[in-house]
Amino acid sequence: MTLLKTSVAKKVAMALSGLFLVLFVLLHLAINLTLIYPGKEAFDAAVEFMATNPFIQIMQPILFLTFLFHIGMGIYLEWTNKSKRSVKYVNNNPGAASSWASRNMIWTGFFVFLFLIIHLFNYFVPFKTQDVPDHYELVIRLFKNPYYTILYVMAFIALGVHLSHGFQSAFQTLGTPREKCNRALDITGKIVAVIVAVGFSAIAIYFYFN
Amino acid sequence: MKLNLKIWRQAGPNAKGRMVDYQIDGVESDMSFLEMLDLLNEKLIAKGEEPVAFDHDCREGICGMCSLYINGEAHGPDRLTTTCQLHMRRFKDGDTITIEPWRANAFPVIKDLIVDRSALDRIQQAGGYISVNTSGRTVDANTIPIPKKDADNAFDAATCIGCGACVATCKNASAMLFVSAKVAQFAQLPQGRVEAAKRVQDMVAVMDAEGFGSCTNTGACEVECPKGISLSNIAILNKEFILAQTK
Amino acid sequence: MSTINIKEGAPLKSHIPQGDLPDKWTTYKNKIRLVSPANKRNLDIIVVGTGLAGASAAASLAELGYNVKAFAFQDSPRRAHSIAAQGGINASKNYQNDGDSDWRLFYDTIKGGDYRGREANTYRLAEVSGSIIDQAVMQGVPFARDYGGLLDNRSFGGVQVSRTFYAKGQTGQQLLLGAYAALNRQIARGKVTMYNRHEMIDLVVVDGHARGIIARNLITGELERHSAHAVVLASGGYSNVYFLSTNAMGSNATAAWRAHRKGAYFANPAFVQIHPTCIPRSSEHQSKLTLMSESLRNDGRIWVPKKLEDAVALREGKLKPNDIPEEDRDYYLERRYPAFGNLVPRDVASRAAKERCDAGYGVNKTGEAVFLDFATAIERYGKEQAHLKGIKNPSKEVIRELGKKIIEDKYGNLFQMYEKITDDNPYETPMMIYPANHYAMGGLWVDYDLQSNLPGLFVIGEANFSDHGANRLGASALMQGLADGYFILPYTIGDYLADYIREGKVPTNTPEFDEAEEKVMEEINFFLTNKGTHSVDYFHKKLGKIMWDKVGLARNAQGLQEAIKEIQELRKEFWKDVRVPGKANDYNPELEKAGYVADYLELGELLALDALNRNESCGGHFREEYQTPDGEALRDDEHYAYVAAWEYPAKPYERYHKHVNMSDEILHKEPLIFEFVKPTTRSYK
Repeated sequence: MTLLKTSVAKKVAMALSGLFLVLFVLLHLAINLTLIYPGKEAFDAAVEFMATNPFIQIMQPILFLTFLFHIGMGIYLEWTNKSKRSVKYVNNNPGAASSWASRNMIWTGFFVFLFLIIHLFNYFVPFKTQDVPDHYELVIRLFKNPYYTILYVMAFIALGVHLSHGFQSAFQTLGTPREKCNRALDITGKIVAVIVAVGFSAIAIYFYFN
Repeated sequence: MKLNLKIWRQAGPNAKGRMVDYQIDGVESDMSFLEMLDLLNEKLIAKGEEPVAFDHDCREGICGMCSLYINGEAHGPDRLTTTCQLHMRRFKDGDTITIEPWRANAFPVIKDLIVDRSALDRIQQAGGYISVNTSGRTVDANTIPIPKKDADNAFDAATCIGCGACVATCKNASAMLFVSAKVAQFAQLPQGRVEAAKRVQDMVAVMDAEGFGSCTNTGACEVECPKGISLSNIAILNKEFILAQTK
Repeated sequence: MSTINIKEGAPLKSHIPQGDLPDKWTTYKNKIRLVSPANKRNLDIIVVGTGLAGASAAASLAELGYNVKAFAFQDSPRRAHSIAAQGGINASKNYQNDGDSDWRLFYDTIKGGDYRGREANTYRLAEVSGSIIDQAVMQGVPFARDYGGLLDNRSFGGVQVSRTFYAKGQTGQQLLLGAYAALNRQIARGKVTMYNRHEMIDLVVVDGHARGIIARNLITGELERHSAHAVVLASGGYSNVYFLSTNAMGSNATAAWRAHRKGAYFANPAFVQIHPTCIPRSSEHQSKLTLMSESLRNDGRIWVPKKLEDAVALREGKLKPNDIPEEDRDYYLERRYPAFGNLVPRDVASRAAKERCDAGYGVNKTGEAVFLDFATAIERYGKEQAHLKGIKNPSKEVIRELGKKIIEDKYGNLFQMYEKITDDNPYETPMMIYPANHYAMGGLWVDYDLQSNLPGLFVIGEANFSDHGANRLGASALMQGLADGYFILPYTIGDYLADYIREGKVPTNTPEFDEAEEKVMEEINFFLTNKGTHSVDYFHKKLGKIMWDKVGLARNAQGLQEAIKEIQELRKEFWKDVRVPGKANDYNPELEKAGYVADYLELGELLALDALNRNESCGGHFREEYQTPDGEALRDDEHYAYVAAWEYPAKPYERYHKHVNMSDEILHKEPLIFEFVKPTTRSYK
């Protein structure tokens, strides 16, 4: 842990773990999209691949630990940062200078985290522990539940908001030269955020109505 | 014009503070914000009350001594403006203005609106310099040409006035913009490269030890900075910090 | 001739080394005694003030190995008012190949000072000027550079070469932060102990030597005794005696004045600089004036209307400056001084502005403003840029836009500052400017070693009187502050300290410290218990008005005599009727100010007395009785080629509750001998 002694090192670790998770989310989205196109067969094949490929098997615990790290460190940083101002402003107008998304990473993150737990119990645990006869069917069935779908869509909107700040923030933390890359990263970050939010939500809504 | 002021009053570092309401008449639009407070103090003294303590010195926006969280923003609502350069023409007759000290545990309140910013000095003492002794025998100033762009960027970073608005406005009370301005100034000059790795590590370590929060790149500091110090400097600090780990 | 009786004391010796002017400093350095590193560790030095002079001195002395205690009244050494210097710093580098040299810088400075400065000091200043730039660049000071990566220069008033190094309009800030960084390095090493938010309130003199100070902790109100083997004052100038000046609110003369009371002579107090380009005052509540850098005169042209009726219409707001056609504008500096034009020295430019405004040509509501116009420069730069960019037949708008960009690059921060204060956009309409108090050439008297007549008391930077004569040229204050702190004091102080290597720590439990602290306490108690009716500022403003009206830009014997009387009255009233709220053992800015103003009320009178004594006009000191037919300053070298150094008349502590007569100050003359240049009538025509 000495590597993570300073605030900047912690931030770098947050950035790296965050970007790794973005990669996972994008991969996940790609697999989910096969639900709609090409369809069941492709999806089942992808699930099969994920369940058996040795590389994926190695990555799975790493991913799991990264999630834990990102969440744990996020909470830790938020908690310590909060403690740096014991007396609050009577009149504070933070909106004048920064975006809502940037100030509320902990809450968007927290919401995604809650969803993640539900999600794990709904999909991942059955996948691992039970003999699920039809993965496709399991997914589709859940989307027929309106409450679940609403929760699902909200979670991914939260993740989109989280990424709209987090993506470019991660690169800033990694020291990418700002005057050269800032615009590009900002735009890319927003695009990734929209793809994730819209992509996942669209699938859920599609199956809710179909 | 007539104004309603809500001002933080606190007798001393350990005293309990509170917001106190004042009404002030006869404020002119040509006055600076601090001249408005001068007027208030004049009236308070005449009434036998204790004047409001606030830091100020040059009153031309360069010394960094003035502070104040005005209506929820560091140095008030104007951009690229210190409190001393904020003028009352920005406000309307009958406005209510809240005035609070910088809030951060690293900036304890000394009295009323005055806070102790010596933590910023201690960060500079940790490495905000190039280790060169006074000598009439350094090389001629034009020995090393420095690309204009680098010199200009270094200058832009070096214009930080150390007022602490970045800390005051940051939701994490982080001093990263302040620290990065000095790190980035020297990182972009050949003279400063020699100690670049040590400098960034030492300054970050003291920054943490002084009780500032960490940077979450909200960008509020850049917006509220009266000198427009750019967030690029934070990226440069981060890069320098990462590079330093490899040394 | 005025009818004052001035007591004269013994003439002063400046200890200038023998030899040819360019060799003096080298000879001196080779002959002085040194202190070995092992002994430096046992010697303590107090440095009061952390501006350019103080910070550079404290850092350099600590590097040498001395134990330094540095004092600043601000919350950090970085905030000293040197930070506000805008335009630049001179150095005789001759990078521009325009014929500059140490000699020329020396000559321009001594001539600019109207031959009331000391030759040897001024030459030494020029000699070390190049090293300052070298040192600053090594420290990482980001000076402006050209596209080849080399340092850029610009011109300042009173010279015909480009020798001014700059960092946009923030040169003072960058140089101060350089010195602050060097200071920080020594604080980190433990060689400098920094006392922020501390004010020196008295000097402690033991057996005729300066051996310590009484300082007040401005937060707790506690009085502290600090001892040392030498005390260095780098506490700046006294322009705030005028209430409104370009100095910071906290800039004060207390450290210097209290040293004066303890026996240090105060030299040439009448030599104050009134800077020609400041933002005019606008309201009664104004607390300070803001300077617009002299560098603006590189590109700005100063004018007033030719016709009185136009000036009246401008004042009434019936006419806009841009409505006045070219042929109806009076570019009076270009008219009167064709050789130097808008870049005449500050005193000349200030007087010319006052002359036009007094004649009724002032252009703002108060009639106290002239225009500083950038339209010509914007057009010139615009055309140049269009040509560079290969734009054929550019439209007026294109030229303006291109030109504005160049002006913005050069002076952006100044234009922005102007707009913030006045709500006028200087790119579109000319700036309005008027002279304001800015700098004090006078100060504590020092010899060639920068040592006052009190052994062990050294005075550097603006606080001393030595290098600028009766008028300081632009971009020379930064040069002098850093020259003193980096390159002169570290040598000269060693020669003094060599005698005290065996002395050991200076004790603070001596009768001298007891007495000093007791008297300070007495004064504080007086202020806090005096049941007066007026605030400190009330008196300060009144003093400022007397000073500006009668001891300002132009002076005459009658006005000066009136001023002296009025100040004496005001001082009596102050001691009777001042009201200071708050407590002694608490943060109490009103109490701090009370001390400052008590000192200004004496200093102001001495300033007027010095002006009255000097029956000539020179530099910033203009006596209406002594002028040439076309209104230029008329010097009297036969009778006044001397430094007037004043000795405090009373025992130091007789002032409390009592009236000291400043007219009893004793005048010590230091004759100014010009071996190498011949004083001539200064002409910028």
